[in-house]
Amino acid sequence: MLYREAGQFKTTYAEDMAIFPIRQDRIALAILLGIAFIGVPLLATFRIWPFGSDYLLWAILLPFLILALAAIGTNILVGYCGQISLGSGAFMAIGAYSAYKLATGVHIPLASLGFAIAIPPLPVLASILLGGFMSAGVGILFGIPSLRIKGLYLAVATLAAQFFFDWAFLRLPWFTNYAPSGSVNAPELDFFGVVVRTPVERYLLCLLFVTVLAVLAKNLVRGNLGRQWMAIRDMDIAAELIGIRPLYAKLTAFAVSSFIIGVAGALWGFVYLGSWEPLAFSIERSLDLLFMVIIGGLGSIMGSFIGAAFILIVPILLNVLPTELGLPLSTQTITHLQFIIFGSLICYLLIKEPHGFARLISIGKEKLRLWPFPY
Amino acid sequence: MRAPDTDDILLQVERVALSFGGVKALRDVSFNIRKGEIRAIIGPNGAGKTSMLNVINGFYRPNHGAITFKGRTRAKMQPFEAARGGIARTFQNVALFKGMSALDNIMAGRTLKVRCGVLWQLLRFGPALAEEVEHRRKVEEIIDFLEIETIRKVPVGRLPYGLQKRVELGRALAMEPDLLLLDEPMAGMNLEEKEDMSRFIMDVNNHFGTTIALIEHDMAVVMDLSDRVAVLDHGVKIADGTPDEVKRSQTVIDAYLGIAH
Amino acid sequence: MIAFGQFLEVLIGGLMSGVLYSLVALGFVLIFKASGVFNYAQGAMVLLAGLALVRALDLLVANGFPLWVAVVLGIGFAAVIMAATAWLIERFVVGPLVNQDALTLFMSTIGVTFVIEGVAEMIFGSDVYPLRLFPTDAWFLFEGLFPGGILVNKLDVWGALIAGILVAGLALFFQRTKTGRALRAVADDHLAAHSVGIPISWIWFVVWLAAGLVALVAATVWGTKLGVQFSITFLALKALPVLIIGGLTSIPGAIVGGLIVGAGEKIAEVYLGPSIGGGIEYWFAYVLALAVLLVRPQGLFGERIIERI
Repeated sequence: MLYREAGQFKTTYAEDMAIFPIRQDRIALAILLGIAFIGVPLLATFRIWPFGSDYLLWAILLPFLILALAAIGTNILVGYCGQISLGSGAFMAIGAYSAYKLATGVHIPLASLGFAIAIPPLPVLASILLGGFMSAGVGILFGIPSLRIKGLYLAVATLAAQFFFDWAFLRLPWFTNYAPSGSVNAPELDFFGVVVRTPVERYLLCLLFVTVLAVLAKNLVRGNLGRQWMAIRDMDIAAELIGIRPLYAKLTAFAVSSFIIGVAGALWGFVYLGSWEPLAFSIERSLDLLFMVIIGGLGSIMGSFIGAAFILIVPILLNVLPTELGLPLSTQTITHLQFIIFGSLICYLLIKEPHGFARLISIGKEKLRLWPFPY
Repeated sequence: MRAPDTDDILLQVERVALSFGGVKALRDVSFNIRKGEIRAIIGPNGAGKTSMLNVINGFYRPNHGAITFKGRTRAKMQPFEAARGGIARTFQNVALFKGMSALDNIMAGRTLKVRCGVLWQLLRFGPALAEEVEHRRKVEEIIDFLEIETIRKVPVGRLPYGLQKRVELGRALAMEPDLLLLDEPMAGMNLEEKEDMSRFIMDVNNHFGTTIALIEHDMAVVMDLSDRVAVLDHGVKIADGTPDEVKRSQTVIDAYLGIAH
Repeated sequence: MIAFGQFLEVLIGGLMSGVLYSLVALGFVLIFKASGVFNYAQGAMVLLAGLALVRALDLLVANGFPLWVAVVLGIGFAAVIMAATAWLIERFVVGPLVNQDALTLFMSTIGVTFVIEGVAEMIFGSDVYPLRLFPTDAWFLFEGLFPGGILVNKLDVWGALIAGILVAGLALFFQRTKTGRALRAVADDHLAAHSVGIPISWIWFVVWLAAGLVALVAATVWGTKLGVQFSITFLALKALPVLIIGGLTSIPGAIVGGLIVGAGEKIAEVYLGPSIGGGIEYWFAYVLALAVLLVRPQGLFGERIIERI
């Protein structure tokens, strides 16, 4: 009976177009943001359950936030614009390595021309954002084929991006500043004099990034550009005939998507991993992101969060639950089980509910609005 | 009979030919559309009617011939140019954006009218929000006009066929077109739905002054609605004139009865 | 002459390993032609077939069966596994998804990939299992013409031979048998085929079974070369660019595409690799496919698609 919109009248179109037009949803969101921005940091600072150790922050919340951000990026391209991508991992890598190069100073010797391009080390924030822009640039480049090729063919083009950049960051020592091991260390996270070190600080930093970018992304997808993307996804020919330029719509989708994924990649490297190797962004990462989007909901910002949470939590549950029940499984068995669960869930959702958990939730809400009198 | 406002020619098609491989879909077809009229294109199946519309809004490239729209002559329209020039279109097999709500489909029709850049859309604040609300207001007018208020937030994939056709008309109207091309707007409808659709088409023509070119198989509807009728058969224009003239033409009767000539 | 000899050796080696890509690509083409499904799981099917075969072989040999009996029984067992897989996929994934768009079907096969990989490794284990069905030593040809001769792996020759037989067999199957003709009808228009009484689900089962058996054949050759192991699925992924180059619907395209990729990447690796860091085999096929897509989106042998509205 709590979930009722009776008595809430929308008197302007602006109110009807709000992200959460129903008051109860707005209250729930406010509570969630309150917990995320104030509750969690307080609990963690004073080490109150469940934040007695840093495990929850480090192993769950931090990767959850960053992967959710990357999933939002993937969802814009795959879910909203209908351009399948198996290369999201590569764009995370481009964001991470660009940010790393910019934060440590770029030096490109052009011996044949007699001079060198040198950029002094940039501040961390600028590096992370520029990392996103680099990723957006490369995204546009790999998006150009999408104007001539469609659907499945594009999947192979994005695979080309994935494998090429895997290789480039592994084999071209310039990207890793000639580190003999091939792994790189993130610079100190100094934001205008505020140094981010502890898990709580890292968490808050990521939370801030994710919140801002998620709101901006939501604004785009419910505005005209978002409608252009979805139009291209649903029927590109008809879209063209109502004045949508496929070139513009597709390339903006590639750019926005790659930007968000690139920023997520930079955060993954700088804030979560601290030091990393090229394998951190392999094709498995790309498939994970694609799974998050399918499971959470194609074409749903909220779904990206749900999907990221699901993909992170299942392996942890598989680790913990059997042990609790007295049936400890080997790590290999857990990996295999995880494969089977994700794979069958993907098939199940594609058959039964292509819009993922997000749609299941909104169906649930519809029912709740009418409960207990469904007619 | 509603007389056209003026005798101005809005669109002139001259000696357009189109072939796919060896199949000749259109052979040197010429005709014109006057400002403010309802122009019908009829003909038996496979006569080249849809191909004609596809040439007009740039989806097909004619092998030769010219199209003059609003005084500008082109060998070929670009789909985007056609849309920007004010040509809107509905399709024989509804071509809606299935994953989007009826409202979003019609809002998408406003794309060319959007003035705020991406950065403003990103912030969705101030002028961007004001513009979005303004578009919404215009779209709500169309929704009222087509009497589809109750389904505005339903994904169109779930709507029955008749309503989908209406939403598609709404999307075309949202473009505020000068020329509206309707490809079999009443195909697969029952009598009541046909009457509704006829009313909408006449209202669009009367209230907004929109010029309409339509393809239709239901002869009663065509004769009732249109000011002038062009008849195609096997890619050739075999008759052109007022409904009464066309009805009396022996060639047309033969074509429909399948008599070789 | 030395340089030319070396070039020939690289070329032949490349063409031969290209045959291996073709073997996997063939499975893709079969399924794509008949059902429009772009089957990401073909690599996983190669892994599954290989694991089933090698584990059955090991078990039988360890229990004292003579090798030829073990081989026959092992292949039979693996074939049964592939048939079961085909039936399950048709029944639970592809069947229910009929009429969905190509993208959904593609994503569902990624799901299938994960299930197959998980189940296969859970049942059959996840180590590297050596398979010895074909000789793996080498011939040296034209020793009189080039110093040291040209090295050719016997295994590669076997692979080429098997691929040839397979293509001929498939061509016969498509042209001469009733099921083959029904298959082509389904490929053209499955609704029309259904309405003239062709049992769609049976046909699709046959197609997936055929693709599974092609995977089994590929697994015997690949397994002998590399041992049956998880990384086979990534090598098999190279069949995707092979297909793009050859054209998605063409069996000759799959063969030619495989040869081009195999030879191209070996030559690029040997002659270009040292100057840019090596290991370019890793991405060469994909970038080549991308280039082909930009010039000729339907591939070398594919049919041009006319868009209608």
